[in-house]
Amino acid sequence: MSGDLRKDGVQSPGGGWGATHAGDQQHDLQPTHFQFDAESNAEIEKILARYPAGKQASGTIPLLYVAQRQMKRQTGSAWVPRVAMDAIAARLGIPPIRVYEVATFYFMFNTRPIGRFHLQVCGTTPCMLRGSDDVLRACKDAGHLKGYGDTSPDGLFTLTEVECLGACVNAPVLQVDDDYYEDLDYDRTVALIEALKRGERPNPGSTIGRQTSAPEGGPLTLTEIPVVHARSGAGE
Amino acid sequence: MAKVVVDGIEVEVPNGATVLQACEAAGKEIPRFCYHERLSIAGNCRMCLVEVEKAPKPVASCAYPVADGMVVKTDSPMVRNARRGVMEFLLINHPLDCPICDQGGECDLQDQAVAYGMDRSRYHEPKRVVKDKYMGPLVKTIMTRCIQCTRCVRFASEVAGVPELGATSRGESMEIGTYVEKALTSELSGNLIDICPVGALTSRPYAFVSRPWELRKTDSIDVQDATGTNIRIDNRGPEVLRILPRVNDDVNEEWMADRGRFSFDGLKRKRLDRPWLRVDGKLKPVSWAEAFRAVATKLKATAPDRIGAVAGDLVDVESVFALKSLMTALGSANLDCRQDGAAIDGSRRDFYLFNSGIAGIDRADALLIIGSNPRVEAPVINARIRRRQVAGRFPVGVVGPVGLNLTYAYDHLGEGTATLRTILDGTHRFAEVLKNAKNPMVILGRGALARPDGAAVLAAAWAIAKAADALRPDWHGFNLLHHFGGQVGALDLGFLPGAGGKDLGAMLNGGADVLWLLGADGFDPAAIAPGTFVIYQGHHGDRAASRADVILPGAAYTEKDATYVNTEGRAQRAWLAVHAPGDAREDWRIIRAAGEGLGVRLPFDDLAQLRAKMIEAVPILGQPFAPRGCEDTTGPAGDVAGLSAAPFALPIAQYHLADAIARASDVMAECARTYGEVPALQAAE
Repeated sequence: MSGDLRKDGVQSPGGGWGATHAGDQQHDLQPTHFQFDAESNAEIEKILARYPAGKQASGTIPLLYVAQRQMKRQTGSAWVPRVAMDAIAARLGIPPIRVYEVATFYFMFNTRPIGRFHLQVCGTTPCMLRGSDDVLRACKDAGHLKGYGDTSPDGLFTLTEVECLGACVNAPVLQVDDDYYEDLDYDRTVALIEALKRGERPNPGSTIGRQTSAPEGGPLTLTEIPVVHARSGAGE
Repeated sequence: MAKVVVDGIEVEVPNGATVLQACEAAGKEIPRFCYHERLSIAGNCRMCLVEVEKAPKPVASCAYPVADGMVVKTDSPMVRNARRGVMEFLLINHPLDCPICDQGGECDLQDQAVAYGMDRSRYHEPKRVVKDKYMGPLVKTIMTRCIQCTRCVRFASEVAGVPELGATSRGESMEIGTYVEKALTSELSGNLIDICPVGALTSRPYAFVSRPWELRKTDSIDVQDATGTNIRIDNRGPEVLRILPRVNDDVNEEWMADRGRFSFDGLKRKRLDRPWLRVDGKLKPVSWAEAFRAVATKLKATAPDRIGAVAGDLVDVESVFALKSLMTALGSANLDCRQDGAAIDGSRRDFYLFNSGIAGIDRADALLIIGSNPRVEAPVINARIRRRQVAGRFPVGVVGPVGLNLTYAYDHLGEGTATLRTILDGTHRFAEVLKNAKNPMVILGRGALARPDGAAVLAAAWAIAKAADALRPDWHGFNLLHHFGGQVGALDLGFLPGAGGKDLGAMLNGGADVLWLLGADGFDPAAIAPGTFVIYQGHHGDRAASRADVILPGAAYTEKDATYVNTEGRAQRAWLAVHAPGDAREDWRIIRAAGEGLGVRLPFDDLAQLRAKMIEAVPILGQPFAPRGCEDTTGPAGDVAGLSAAPFALPIAQYHLADAIARASDVMAECARTYGEVPALQAAE
């Protein structure tokens, strides 16, 4: 990624952006053809039905997800090769470059092959204050990863840093593929990664048993059954 | 209309206009990078910030619609400060390589940094670098200089109709490019260089050649297609260094096709710079006097009806007029300017003009293209058709080869004349479309006439236009699209077989003992009957010169004051930019001097007299252009019944090598290689 490495060798911020985004085409990694399978086609039909005729371009992002999921199913690596973007463009009747633009803009789409599990560590302020550095360390240790942007030698994990995932209440957060694991610390992150290695898929959500975003240890307010008052005005 | 006060000046602008337009109406200069009048509004450079009263923040004037009673300030402390800030940000990642940048001296960023920026930078951190992109043999990229205004992205997708450019990645990693490495497939790619406000996209052939202040600028007309693009020729000393379009809203707006822009290096190669005479089967350099003597001896010994003259595709009307005068004085009526053998009916001007006018495309509401690929025959006109098509409610039908990419959606109706018949008898669905349109247009490619049944095709196209009620006093929907800048002028002068005269085919097949070719390179010289004495007058040692017995070196379009008539019949004047090389002379002078040797004194001694005589003979050449309606719907000679079944073939297979100048150009040769253009013969195999 040419934008990542500056003239003086300083790594620009971006949390391993280069690992999952191919600025230059990785010809050796790109498959030569791509075709939507039956499952994807069924999904696409549903998606495209949402948009009025002539506005199919709106389906770009959902279809990129469809393609990425299909790649995960077929190859174990959730990424969108260029031929898949071309297939999306053909399907939507838009120029391929419009798909490339979207796919490279959003870090949710990987334009290079990644590991089986995509570990996305949130490093934004609330998570950082609540110990995202420990989560990162746990990922490196348990997943045998050198740092952001790295894929483990066994091909199981790719580690990237992401910006706020919007789960600050349950910080720190690690997103594995599409699932959030919240309220992590070093040990629980290691346990999660070990479970992933064993082929298990722990339930997503809080790892300390927190109910959604309620306070730790259970709700503190609205614990009684509220008394029902008669409605008295529009303001309520 | 909305009343807006700009810096105390009250202006009235239409509702929906932008603040920037209002400021311009008030005569205020607003700096800008991403805004371009002929592209959609992006609003991402922020350079055009102005202060609007009651607005809490500076507003980007290019994207902000006016409201009645708005009070705008373009030179308040807030505006100045905002511009300084924007400029500082734009320069953060812009390299300070102006001394080695080709845009230097004509760079929007440079100029505006001086005018609106700060005198120093507070940025000390490393700047980003961006890998250069490959965009083909014409456009050089230095992407680190890019300020991401996205003008090129919008030009490619909106005007050129090749949506191949885009902005990939984001933030500091954002890059402009094609993502997939490939040459931009457009005949208008040179315009990217003009619209780029910085030095990110520059001309590859012009790289490191010159600075703008060293150049002498001459107004001229592009002759390498029939659009009549208004151009500016930049030269330093005897060398043309580049060619740029001029603005003419009725013709080329501000665009230009690549062949006209980049093939001028062909003007330096394979030039005929001295007279040659064939002695004992070999061409040998001679003096003008010897050449004229040989011409005079031969012409005097030949019966007038055995003398023929052919005018080429790139010639100016002055030289055609001179040659016609000479031939008339000699008593020959064997004249032809249709090298391709197109069955053009020269009896009435609107039989061979693009009568709707180029600007008329904007008024049309249905279009039928017959036997033409306007994308390669006239790229700028094609861009106009595309814009009209994108604007909506503009059905386009094409009768011609399958699989043409015209850069806009069209309805392929058929490949041959059978389709024309069904449109004509009203059974085709497109006949209905044309009939329902208010201003239907029929564009007939000149190539469609260059076949044995050409006259019938011409008659059929006219009849289709007539049936669709496109031939009215207020709208002329019949259009013939020519290929080169000299073709219409020669037709206007009636450079066609006179009474009892022979046409090109007859002259080639032994109908003439002496053949005077004025820049005529458009046909295979092997077709000239052996034994014919060939006088070639022109500027390039192209096909025909090698067959010549006498070569009279002439001037190219950059080397003479001349008049050209474009496909819509607009006579436009070009000025001499550089002098012809060596002994080459302006063509009308050569013809006049040759006449002198024959004892024929042509009635003009200088260009002004020649023009006066010419305008006397053909008044239209001296009149300002105005599109004309159709007063007389009688069609051209030719019988629709004569249509053969052959499908239409396109005349220009190699866009970049379509004329003598381009064939001599290295740049064009590289383009042809890059884009894999193969000669028509090979393509057919």
